[in-house]
Amino acid sequence: MKRVPFIPKLTIIIAAAATAVVILYACSGPATNTNNVLAGNAASKVYVAPGQYDEYYAFLSGGYNGQVMAYGLPSGRLLKLIGVFSQNPETGWGYNEETKAMLQTTYGFIPWDDTHHAELSQTKGVPDGRWLFINGNNTPRVARIDLRNFETTEILQIPNAAGGHASPFTTPDTKYIISATRFSVPIPNADVAIPTFKENFKGTLSFIIADQPGKMDIAFQIMMPGFNYDLGHAGKGVSDGWFFFTMYNTEQAYEKLELNASQKDKDFIAAVNYRQAEQCVAQGKAKATPSDYFHNVMDESTRMARSERKTSVKMLNPQDCPGLVYFLPTPKSPHGVDIDPTGEYIVAGGKLATVIPVHSFSKMQKAIADKQFESDVQGIPVLKYASTIAGEVQKPGLGPLHTEFDGKGNAYTSMFISSEVVKWKLGTWEVLDRMPVYYSVGHIMIPGGDSQKPWGKYLLSMNKITKDRYLPTGPELAQSAQLIDISGDKMKMLLDFPTLGEPHYAQAIPAELVRNNSMKYYKLSENKNPNITGSEAAGGIRREGKRVHVNMIAIRSHFAPDNLEGVQLGDTVYFHVTNIEQDWDIVHGFGVMGATTSGMVIPPGETRTLKWVPTMVGVFPFYCTDFCSALHQEMQGYVRVSPAGSSVAMSANVSARSATQLARMNQVPHASSTPR
Amino acid sequence: MRQALLANGEGYGGGRIGVLPLNPAVASKPVRARKIMPSLSRILVAISSLLLIGLFVFPLWHVRLTAPQYPEGLGMNIRINTVEGATETDLDNINGLNHYIGMKRIDPNTIPELKFMPWIVGALIMSGLAVAAVARRRILYVWMAGFLIIGVVGLIDFWRWEYDYGHNLDAATAIIKIPGMSYQPPLIGTKQLLNFQAVSLPAAGGILAGIAFVLGLVAVILTVRRSKASNRSAA
Repeated sequence: MKRVPFIPKLTIIIAAAATAVVILYACSGPATNTNNVLAGNAASKVYVAPGQYDEYYAFLSGGYNGQVMAYGLPSGRLLKLIGVFSQNPETGWGYNEETKAMLQTTYGFIPWDDTHHAELSQTKGVPDGRWLFINGNNTPRVARIDLRNFETTEILQIPNAAGGHASPFTTPDTKYIISATRFSVPIPNADVAIPTFKENFKGTLSFIIADQPGKMDIAFQIMMPGFNYDLGHAGKGVSDGWFFFTMYNTEQAYEKLELNASQKDKDFIAAVNYRQAEQCVAQGKAKATPSDYFHNVMDESTRMARSERKTSVKMLNPQDCPGLVYFLPTPKSPHGVDIDPTGEYIVAGGKLATVIPVHSFSKMQKAIADKQFESDVQGIPVLKYASTIAGEVQKPGLGPLHTEFDGKGNAYTSMFISSEVVKWKLGTWEVLDRMPVYYSVGHIMIPGGDSQKPWGKYLLSMNKITKDRYLPTGPELAQSAQLIDISGDKMKMLLDFPTLGEPHYAQAIPAELVRNNSMKYYKLSENKNPNITGSEAAGGIRREGKRVHVNMIAIRSHFAPDNLEGVQLGDTVYFHVTNIEQDWDIVHGFGVMGATTSGMVIPPGETRTLKWVPTMVGVFPFYCTDFCSALHQEMQGYVRVSPAGSSVAMSANVSARSATQLARMNQVPHASSTPR
Repeated sequence: MRQALLANGEGYGGGRIGVLPLNPAVASKPVRARKIMPSLSRILVAISSLLLIGLFVFPLWHVRLTAPQYPEGLGMNIRINTVEGATETDLDNINGLNHYIGMKRIDPNTIPELKFMPWIVGALIMSGLAVAAVARRRILYVWMAGFLIIGVVGLIDFWRWEYDYGHNLDAATAIIKIPGMSYQPPLIGTKQLLNFQAVSLPAAGGILAGIAFVLGLVAVILTVRRSKASNRSAA
């Protein structure tokens, strides 16, 4: 008995000594530790050496920052934040006079939205690198971003809709992008009692013309029952010509949805035959419906945004167009609806389901032909579950949301509740691999993973909860993204990187498809902005009643003119600044002391206008805000503000040669007399 | 090896090509042969002249400027009739940068040589073709002397302009002033000018002109040899 305590003591001492030896050895010697070897391998896979480029551009929605972020993969380096629906004081997007109109809506100027789904344009079912589309979820809108200059060039408001969540997914030819209503509302919106939900609330599916830049418009809308339309994806290959939408709250609850919208065992996927819709529209079966919405376009030649208010859409009722919509019963409030690269399988992510149900497009067509209907909902036939289901992935994990494909016959599904990515096989429905992700993954993204030809090398997991993944930054944390290598049989975790806002969906494309078309500057000779100052000599100041227009150039390392007098209290001053550089990445900025707006960044060849209403008499400096050259600090000037009615003459210091031109300019009415 | 080459050379001169027999031994009248050029020389002069047409197509010289913040570089092409940027904006950008050191604008309109250089080259081409047609050796020597003078004067003139741009800086408007510093790019080779590395090399046109000159030189050598051989056989 006496010796018993001694044995554990000895064991502990030996164990401690052994551990110390192992630790010492691991620390001092070469990386013999298995984890280190793996980590080193992962590091080399995401290491992009200084001066080298990433393999992919990834475009992540910014969620509640209302923007889009361009990242490089596999490094996870942030390349650019692109201003879309939110004002961006960094560049002046939505603040300067040229871009304000982009944020115009029927509700007035809105400086913010909530971006969810990035979608690359496609040609023949493959991302082509021309444009990126992004939705505004809060005030339903869709935007086009031109990938030659990474700028938002067009925003279309979606009328007769609330919550543009199932948006802006594209058809394989980018003929249409879609937007469906997350929230059903009275259409047209009206002052009704909320409990009259069932009779008064409706949803709409919008098909938006997308392949003609500058001409986005609603091709037609389909009036749907008052459910919550969640996500959508176009058919492709064998299912080309169809569009699939998930929906929840077929219970039509209008309060305590958490509970009340989770009652039914199955909700629906809507299969929409949009070729049929086109025919019905052509046959005049769509009703012209008064609607109010804005279309804002960045004019390519003036580089100024203009808004057009539109008044009508073609509304199609499924009852008037037989064969337009079918409902596929799908378990438990389905979220994602993802179509495999062949177009045959329609994968649903039933948030609360214990399986991943997969419908077969060919079975669906046969079921329609055989009229395998179990019921109809407001004139829309409901197919029997057994007639369309191809298989169910058993025990995939908890909370399946979204599925992407690698083009090698495998599917990957994000599991929100069990916080993992699950790899499974199409056709056999067997689970092949699991990768825990930190924490609670929402969307996942494989470059081209929702197209007909995925580049199945990486998978990006965009996680909703960050907690302890990075150094803490107080209660508000960055979101967490994780890059996983999916080139082998087993998934390998490569990289964690923080992201801004809250990325929902993302898309990625091989870099060369975008990089080779990237612009370096705007050609001054093609700048048709009416307020352009094409040369130093053309600068000046002139008055139009209470408006004072300053025409100014920026070039390394000065503004011309750089001394302005004759401005009076009560005037509104417009600084039209043209960066006359024609050189890559020679950007100038402009800021005025006391201006109650953002500064602005002016890329080479561009004209941007800052509106300034002086609030007091004095002399106010302005300066270049973008470190442009060795004498950037000298790039500054002054504007003098005199009392109203002062006799100080209008003057702008320019060279003798410029002065004669200025005199000529004052005689000839300037082209920029458009009031703002 | 040398023997073999010579043997080949003699084989080539076997009289199968050209209007006149190439082998002096076959020439009918040695006295006449002394005054005219061998066929090969005529062909070479004709080729030399035709190569010079390339000067109307390709730039003579290329000056390339690279700096840490200009990894893609800025380039300037010197043609017989103009000076232009390697891209449509390069010359403006070079001029823009040069304003810091007070260098005057590089403007082809202010360089009179560029107005008459095409005529000189054109005349050289026409006269070269005439030399090949007439085939008189003395005219060939005159033509080659002219070619040499044009080349040397051209290069000196180019250097003189480089000197002028690099040294005659406007002290009043120069922002960066470094005592003793000049900004003359090299005629051929590399030179560091502040943060820019200037590389100046003949471009396609210059290389063609060089080849044309060498061909002319070979034509002269062949003609001289032939002349001496004829003299010997005449004696």
